[in-house]
Amino acid sequence: MKRYFGRKILVYLLTFFLAVTIDWMIPRFMPGDPIRNMLTRVSVSSNPIAIQKMYDYYSHLFGLDLPLWQQYFNFWKSLFQGDLGISTYIFPTPVAKVLLRAIPYDGFLLVPSILLSWYAGNKFGAFAARSKWLDNTVSPLGYILTATPYMWLGILLAWFFGIVLGIFPIAGAYSYSMSPNLSWRFIGSVLHHWFLPFASLFLVGFGGWAIGMRNMIIYELEADYSHYLGALGAPKKLIRKYAFNNAVLPQITGLALQLGVIVAGALVTEVVFSYPGIGYLLLAAIQNQDYFLIQGCFLFIIIGVLLANFTIDIVYILVDPRTRRGMTGETA
Amino acid sequence: MSEQKKKNEFIYFAFRNKKLLVGLAIILIFLVLGLIGPFLTDNEPFAYANPLGAQPPSSEYWFGTTFFGQDVFSQFVKGLRATFLVGAIGGGLGTIIGMLIGFTAGYRGGVVDEILNALTNIVLVIPTLAVLLIIAAYLEVRSIFTECLFIGFTAWPWTARAIRAQTFSLRTREFVDLAKLSGMKSIKIIFTEIAPNMMSYLLLTFILQFGGAILTAATLDFIGLGPTNAISLGLMMQYAVLWGALQFGTWWWFVPPGLAITSIVGALYSMNVGLDEVFNPKLREM
Repeated sequence: MKRYFGRKILVYLLTFFLAVTIDWMIPRFMPGDPIRNMLTRVSVSSNPIAIQKMYDYYSHLFGLDLPLWQQYFNFWKSLFQGDLGISTYIFPTPVAKVLLRAIPYDGFLLVPSILLSWYAGNKFGAFAARSKWLDNTVSPLGYILTATPYMWLGILLAWFFGIVLGIFPIAGAYSYSMSPNLSWRFIGSVLHHWFLPFASLFLVGFGGWAIGMRNMIIYELEADYSHYLGALGAPKKLIRKYAFNNAVLPQITGLALQLGVIVAGALVTEVVFSYPGIGYLLLAAIQNQDYFLIQGCFLFIIIGVLLANFTIDIVYILVDPRTRRGMTGETA
Repeated sequence: MSEQKKKNEFIYFAFRNKKLLVGLAIILIFLVLGLIGPFLTDNEPFAYANPLGAQPPSSEYWFGTTFFGQDVFSQFVKGLRATFLVGAIGGGLGTIIGMLIGFTAGYRGGVVDEILNALTNIVLVIPTLAVLLIIAAYLEVRSIFTECLFIGFTAWPWTARAIRAQTFSLRTREFVDLAKLSGMKSIKIIFTEIAPNMMSYLLLTFILQFGGAILTAATLDFIGLGPTNAISLGLMMQYAVLWGALQFGTWWWFVPPGLAITSIVGALYSMNVGLDEVFNPKLREM
């Protein structure tokens, strides 16, 4: 188990290192010149000497005139000091502060939708497996849901419930006429605004997990141990329970593998509903070419996904006794 | 002779598998629409064809027009082409890279495997989209082709991992040992002895990569990092949301692109399950 953990942590550290390096490298080695772009966009002056002056000033400000190794070192140093630069879009707020304001909304949206869709999808998929009627009705629905692009489901829900029926708001995290406070009215408003983005994330996830579980259960029910149990005269319910326990393990690993996709889904869902999380910030950052903010969003997403992965690893160990006894076989 | 018989058996089951046939039919319909659609309309995707602005579908504009009076049908069929292109090239590239890494790691074993496996695990953990968007954000001009490259180079890890595991179990079989004894080169063993034994698996992988590439492209386009010089289904949805198609209720602007993506990806998944049943007798319905 120690070895298992050691390897996992090593992979995560390497990943983090690589991610930060990518974050540092891309602005410096991509074709094009961010500072030149910024200057031409603002088009402060047509005087070439003035532009050169400003160019030098900004290069110095962002530390781009130092040798590369020093830039790289400084990048890490400021990262550990929590300094991600200043947002040019919401000038002059530090990027870290902008991001910290957005994080709660992401957590509020992602954690319930991931956990609930995983739980409900697995239960339902196991229930539908090998029941002809349910399988014929639910499976196609599950495939359609999991094939739906997140933003399209979001758009449809927003259009139908928000515009046609007019029973849900389609923008913001709470009513624009309120300021955050701890009253029931405000909490109600927050939940009211939260429901549609949550529902679109939940539905797409639900379809995927239900299908995954249905297929897993069918494999497990055809496995030798299931037939053996059946031959011994064990009740169907018991066999299904064993099958479920075995089938749920790959689903946990699947959750870790799907995290990136789910996060991407959350980003576009937030864009559809103008929900003030990282995704919404990111769109604004891209449209305003706020490179520091884009880099900051990238880092936050990576850190979030790594933490979530680590949590799933711990859960896996708690759930699967074999990993604890060191019978890991294929681990990292 | 037995090889021939087996092939016939697959064809027999393939033609009786509803999931496979329905999926294939949907894909073909959209493919044909994408191929001949642009010849059915005179309007360019971005041309301001209709001076009246957003109008519902009519005999002149089959899918209606956008806020700017652009022909939705013309955008839609061009977008379909982009979707299939991204699926084929992006998904194909992802499959090929995954195969190369998976075969090498699984067949070589040892240090090579350790290194490739660590690389796979790292790329697997990094949220692909985050990397894609930071690269795309810094590129001034993006084409559909660069989008395909991005997607292909980030989508391979799960394929590599799965193929590595399969190769692992195959490489200790007798027929591989025999090939080794006969002095065959590693690369030839991989492609003539190991790969043919997992052909069905590779096909299923490619189908999933195809669908995954389409969804990733739609996400990128929707965040505003799609091609800068072309139209795609994801871009159509982005423009629709940005220009208030929801508020004005111009549903004909955002329904077709999403419906097409859902249908194509859903049809691919359906084909995948159908093919799985064709190849794996245990899964066939009795």
